[in-house]
Amino acid sequence: MRKLSRNRQASDELSLIPQESCAVSQQGQNCPITPAAPVGEAAGDDEKEFSRRRFLTMLGAAAGAAAAIGSGIELLSYRAYAQSMSMTSKGGVPDTNNWSGDSGMTGSGAADMASTLAPPTHQWAMVIDLRNCNGCQSCTAACQKAHYLTPDQTWIKVFALTNSVGQTYHMPRPCMQCENPPCLHVCPVHATFRQDQGVVLVNQDRCIGCRMCMAACPYEARYFNWNSNVKYPPLPVQATPEFPVPQREGTVGKCTFCVGNLNHGLLSECAAGCAMGAIYNGDLKTDVGVNSMGTTIKMSTFLYDNDAVTFKPEQNTHPRVWYILGHGQSLSTDTASAS
Amino acid sequence: MKETEVNELAFLAKTGNGASGKQSWAEDVRIAAVKPMVERTTVRWRLAVTVLTLVVLAGIGAWMYQLAHGLGSAGYNDQAFWAVYIVDVIAFIGVSYGGAVISAILRLTGQSWRAPLTRLAEGTALVTVIIGALFIFPHLGRPERFWEILVYVNTSSPLFWDFMAIGTYILATLVFFYLPLIPDLAIVNGMLGRSRHPVRYKIFKALSLGWLGNERQRRVLHGAMSLVALIIIPLAVSVHSVLSWAFATTSRPGWAETIFPPYFVIAALYSGTALVIVVASAFRKGYHLERFITKRHFVRLGYVMAALGLVYAYLTLADLLSEGYTGITSGWISQTVSGRYAIPFWFYVLAGEVLPIAIVAIKRTRNIAGLTVASIGVVISLWIKRLVIVLPAATQPLIGSHWGTYHFTWVSITITLAGVAAIPLGLMLLFRFVPLLSIDEMEEVGELGSTEQVSEHTVAAQELLLVGAGASSDVGNGNGHGSTNGHRIHATQSEVKQ
Ligand code: SF4
Ligand code: SF4
Repeated sequence: MRKLSRNRQASDELSLIPQESCAVSQQGQNCPITPAAPVGEAAGDDEKEFSRRRFLTMLGAAAGAAAAIGSGIELLSYRAYAQSMSMTSKGGVPDTNNWSGDSGMTGSGAADMASTLAPPTHQWAMVIDLRNCNGCQSCTAACQKAHYLTPDQTWIKVFALTNSVGQTYHMPRPCMQCENPPCLHVCPVHATFRQDQGVVLVNQDRCIGCRMCMAACPYEARYFNWNSNVKYPPLPVQATPEFPVPQREGTVGKCTFCVGNLNHGLLSECAAGCAMGAIYNGDLKTDVGVNSMGTTIKMSTFLYDNDAVTFKPEQNTHPRVWYILGHGQSLSTDTASAS
Repeated sequence: MKETEVNELAFLAKTGNGASGKQSWAEDVRIAAVKPMVERTTVRWRLAVTVLTLVVLAGIGAWMYQLAHGLGSAGYNDQAFWAVYIVDVIAFIGVSYGGAVISAILRLTGQSWRAPLTRLAEGTALVTVIIGALFIFPHLGRPERFWEILVYVNTSSPLFWDFMAIGTYILATLVFFYLPLIPDLAIVNGMLGRSRHPVRYKIFKALSLGWLGNERQRRVLHGAMSLVALIIIPLAVSVHSVLSWAFATTSRPGWAETIFPPYFVIAALYSGTALVIVVASAFRKGYHLERFITKRHFVRLGYVMAALGLVYAYLTLADLLSEGYTGITSGWISQTVSGRYAIPFWFYVLAGEVLPIAIVAIKRTRNIAGLTVASIGVVISLWIKRLVIVLPAATQPLIGSHWGTYHFTWVSITITLAGVAAIPLGLMLLFRFVPLLSIDEMEEVGELGSTEQVSEHTVAAQELLLVGAGASSDVGNGNGHGSTNGHRIHATQSEVKQ
């Protein structure tokens, strides 16, 4: 889509020009999200409440079922997963071999599957406002809990980095859902694919465990399932690339953007788990983003006004994750390899 | 028992060229080449095979354990995601390259002294490339899905091309091993006859494609061999380039280096030449080939090895210097030279460059024992060097400053040792079934040609110089055996065919 490609250029130049104003319909949808533990100023509650509902209405438009779900994030998300899973499967059994028959970009299998969920009316993105991140790592914890990850598997990892004047700041790093993902290009069996909402996923029923993608990802965003002794509780749904639980030993896993959540109008686990509201789930199509505090942003304006940057733009990966700096940070490679 | 067999062999090996009742040189070649195939195995041989087999079985057992417990049991983790097994793949396929290319280059340039070495070199190439390719399986997290590479082809993945290149290279090595074998199979059948071993006779007969050794067949075979030798060199270059691109096409500092393809190719040649020396030395001793493989062979190979070693040292320096000087993304360099990978790195510098080159350079140490020690040093330290290429770039932090660590475990060590043991085991078994020396080639170039460079033009001159002047032919015998060699140049010179 044209808009997408414009965003792609913009990501480098940090000039997200406001695009079509979002068509907002506010009638009648209940907000399916209640923030887990909203912290911070209570000011502007009304406005936030309003705008949050607005965002979620738009998100929820494609997933009416989600509106019927009650409140409480953990509970909610789980049910949402369960629902999304049963929707992706034919006769209850996910036809996982059907995923990504060809290269991920327009993977026909993936497109089929996704279209039963929602047409690609969304292009998922994320904004991480480093000004608000205090390094508490509750995003990591929430993600690990939801996906039954081992302590090593930090699909979203909070790095403690040093800024130009020697102060420590924290940077959560999910998978960047690159629009030009090196991990996808190097995968010998198309186990990594990019579904039509721009989320890069791994088909763990196909992955041969060569770890070429781990070598290729510039963000260390991929985590292998090294051991066979990981215990999973009995789950009512089967693993899919969107919700790879339980993970297959000997294959690679990574952040899925909780795309199942997003498609049901829920925040991703990390965004919901962030008490500081530093993580926004965003949609480039509708140009809206929202965090756990209910703050709703107009993506393009917010990114533009706050000089948003992507991480390692020199890698030409075109991340779908933007960072808002503000403490003299520089997200450059020399920070990375210093010492 | 053993004596009678050898005598019988001697009778069977009669070529009709021996002037006196003594065996001619050509007969000696035949006996030496065929003896390991027919003689009863010695206790030492059986002991060696048993021990090596046990090591290989232990490796297979360790792999089973790894399959059950996951790759984590081999010491891998998310920051050391590539380690020992990919090093094994590179190192084993690398040493195979040496055998194949040494043999191919010597063939193409018409080096007649290659004749006693080619079978050993090509056999080593074949055995090691197969072992190297097999190491892909413990490397994979899901080896049982390996076939998917051919079904869900992704041509933009370097691994797909790795697979294609290695596959083609194995085929080429097989052909390259087989072609010079054709005349020998016919010779062996002619010597041993049908009654001794009817099954082998049948197989050899089929495989020798009705070889009679006439002009036309020779022409065709030579043409085919030159062609394959010509093909296998660029093919081997491509295999190691493609292997290196599995690293160099990532964006990791330390891997994303333009120097990588030649870096890998030279490393392969260097370690491969060293392994040929080790194998030649071991088989010379173990199979009593002192008469055919002489100090001259080792010295020549030693020179080749030292030259390659210098080139490799140069490439290593070139790899480290420019990036280290600017200091951009140089964390892996400081860790290699003075940090956590310093010990293996300097071990390579010492045992893999300084020592072997010194041994070749100093006349006193430039003998078979010295060169064998040097080569063992090269083979081991180039395995370590590959580890030092793979690990720093893999374990370096791309974000933050936390370095990963690879922990060796008994699983990865056992599996690697099994691969090492599989080389001698494979060769010993191989030469139980096919002749150890390239009989036909050796007969073709003759006794003199097997140690010295003999060509159409030099034969006459050498005959004049060496025989006419009555020089004792100790040129070809560095290590004793001079007495049995005698002056049989006249007898064998007649066999030098052009
Ligand atoms: S961040 Fe890494 S894993 Fe995620 S899409 Fe980009 S390259 Fe792939
Ligand atoms: S580890 Fe799996 S997902 Fe990654 S490149 Fe290999 S096959 Fe593809």
